[in-house]
Amino acid sequence: MHLDLLSALNAARAARRACVLVTPLDGAGQRLVAAEEIAHDPLAAELAAALGERRSTVVEAQGRRIFLGVELPPPRLLLVGAVHISQALAPMAAAAGFDVTVLDPRTAFATAERFGAVPVIAEWPDVALPAYGLDPFTAVAALTHDPRIDEPALAAALRAQCFYIGALGSRRTHAQRLERLEKAGIGPALSARIHAPIGMAIGALSPAEIAVAVLAEVIAARRLPAAQPKAPQERSRAAANT
Amino acid sequence: MQADDAAILDQAEAWRREGRGVAVATVIETWGSAPRPPGSRVVIDADGHFLGSVSGGCVEGEVVSAAADVIASGVPCLLSFGVADETAWRVGLSCGGRISVHVERVD
Repeated sequence: MHLDLLSALNAARAARRACVLVTPLDGAGQRLVAAEEIAHDPLAAELAAALGERRSTVVEAQGRRIFLGVELPPPRLLLVGAVHISQALAPMAAAAGFDVTVLDPRTAFATAERFGAVPVIAEWPDVALPAYGLDPFTAVAALTHDPRIDEPALAAALRAQCFYIGALGSRRTHAQRLERLEKAGIGPALSARIHAPIGMAIGALSPAEIAVAVLAEVIAARRLPAAQPKAPQERSRAAANT
Repeated sequence: MQADDAAILDQAEAWRREGRGVAVATVIETWGSAPRPPGSRVVIDADGHFLGSVSGGCVEGEVVSAAADVIASGVPCLLSFGVADETAWRVGLSCGGRISVHVERVD
């Protein structure tokens, strides 16, 4: 691998751009293809399939065996709410490989002392999120219980197609939240993607236990994308097929 | 802090820019129950320092020693590991899977 190619790969990752490293196994011709350039590539179909499945693979093309290395931006987890659960969840998620950021406009909560090395942004979601840059490789957990903070973040996460979106609160709280989101222009087709009540059902009670349940759900969303909540019309179609 | 697959390529670039000989080893294919998926990497320098993993620790030693040859020659190589190997008693995957690892030098 040429050093320039390695630099380009590292730069793409730092800029959170998906790409595929194409390595012919019989020698010369290694190259990097950005996700947006795939359509014009001689290996367009193979590249699109590998990127779509998020799976690195060996393909046979033009009589050569070629390794397609799918290079995705590192996963991030945005914790909305500098609350007790977030204090437990931030180090766990960092250990599991997520770049964690905490967002909370309430300056009494959003202090560096409460979160150690994890970055804390003491701002409202609408102010901070454009610069943070939500994307499909980011998970968002809304944990404040305050609709004025959680809901703008949830709406932005849904529009940005974040791979996981969860919100703390009971079923009743969530039903009211969905009504408000609909008034704000987020219909059921989008809001069905919210995991609520948040966290895998493991009977979690303490903040640390809830953190484990949320992290498990985030990992499942990343590794088992087919098992995620569906929009109502997709759900009825799936039921009709069984 | 444990390095993830992404961060170790930053280390490979930094090592190369320091003038060290560097190789990148990548899992390209797996069969059966393999510990690390295709795309998993180890980066190795000429002194045998390495970061990352291509297995649960079963074959990294062999990969590091192959990397020394690749760093010296500049010729990439393809390594295969599995329990059915004749090398099974020396290195092999106790999980029963097989993996193929591509090793290349950073030039």
